[in-house]
Amino acid sequence: MISMQPSTDVNGLVQRAALLQRLREFFALRQVLEVQTPLLAPNTVTDPDVESVAVPGYGFLQTSPEYQMKRLLAAGAPSIYQLASAFRHEEVGRLHNSEFTMLEWYRLDFDHSQLMNEVVDLVNEVLGPASYTTVTYTELVGELGRPRDELDLAFAQATEALSPGRFFVVDYPSDQGALARMKPDNPAVAARFELVIDGVELANGYWELLDASEHLQRFQQDLKIREARGLVPVEIDRAFIAALDAGLPTCAGVALGVDRLLMLAMGERSLDKALTFRNF
Amino acid sequence: MLEGDPCNILENEFVKPGKGQAFNRVKFRNLKNGRVWERTFKSGESLEAADVMETDMEFLYSDGEFWHFMRTDGSFEQIAASKEAVSDCLDWLKEQDVYVVTLWNDDPIAVAAANFVELEVTETDPGLKGDTANGGTKPATLATGATIKGVPLFINIGDILKIDTRTGEYVSRVKN
Repeated sequence: MISMQPSTDVNGLVQRAALLQRLREFFALRQVLEVQTPLLAPNTVTDPDVESVAVPGYGFLQTSPEYQMKRLLAAGAPSIYQLASAFRHEEVGRLHNSEFTMLEWYRLDFDHSQLMNEVVDLVNEVLGPASYTTVTYTELVGELGRPRDELDLAFAQATEALSPGRFFVVDYPSDQGALARMKPDNPAVAARFELVIDGVELANGYWELLDASEHLQRFQQDLKIREARGLVPVEIDRAFIAALDAGLPTCAGVALGVDRLLMLAMGERSLDKALTFRNF
Repeated sequence: MLEGDPCNILENEFVKPGKGQAFNRVKFRNLKNGRVWERTFKSGESLEAADVMETDMEFLYSDGEFWHFMRTDGSFEQIAASKEAVSDCLDWLKEQDVYVVTLWNDDPIAVAAANFVELEVTETDPGLKGDTANGGTKPATLATGATIKGVPLFINIGDILKIDTRTGEYVSRVKN
């Protein structure tokens, strides 16, 4: 029988509303501007490990608001945040839903360390204060000289084992920098961090890479991997590259899974109670 | 099919780091020996499907080596199951009762009893008159040879008991 029932209950709705209000107050106090960028856009990411939901005739549901928010920064926006749905093709599970709520924010003139401090403030406000332990990617995963899929599996298993407690994973190897710059004092590692709470990956942040040609190189490398794996071909987002050419200001940015944060605040092990409906 | 044996997927969890490849952590039960274990697969890996079906069959008799079952679809087709296949429900096998038989390539590999069975008591200490349900308990042996602990003192030889086959526990007396 088809059920009308939501995945959550009234208590879940109340907690969700309170969380959204709290997040908005957090940024209002810090004078970070709320923005809304389109969820549907002509281009999408090249990342070979992220599949987009294609909307024929229109483009793609955005997997993250990153490119469009960076275009706003390049066009002169101050520090900004966005609370919106993001979409990932075929990501469904206990901790995944193809449509999820992402909180993404960019801080002008911050580096990754300053942004990590702000992430701590935000999380402490929602989950209550606790101590945070910093571990490097290598400490977590071990031997780096292995194929990427083995590293990814080792990483997934090691982060799940970081429980209970709050952990920052830092110093990702350069080829896992995504859109982070390399650390000035150690160019072998990226200025990227992830926050893992009770074994759940909650946030991923960068001291943002600014260089347009370096971006292009990384994207072209992505496209080669996509082709080798037989994935859906995508085109590089030229408007984003143009924004980088125009000049992205020095900034740090982070994306945080709001449904997962709510799940942790509710003491749940799966997203079920954090989402109004489980459509996938 | 995994390592040559048919398996049942109990759980399949999607695991994916935000920036990294996707995996499926799958918990299996081996249908032949009941062993449960986990394996992690890369997204896109494939496995051979096992030709497995479950069917209702009536237990006819045992010749000591094989346990003979008959289809309930009117075909009267019979199959012989090994001791290994019936081992999980040996305590509950009663002639003319219907069981769920798991067939792999038409061979029986497992036999499951219903959640509740009704079996006659063949041996127990004499019932105590006047004892009510809140008295003590005693063991009882059933027609299949299974021994049940925790039977109320008022139960007598010849009584029919309802047993939960998942826990092996006494549920109630059906009649005496």
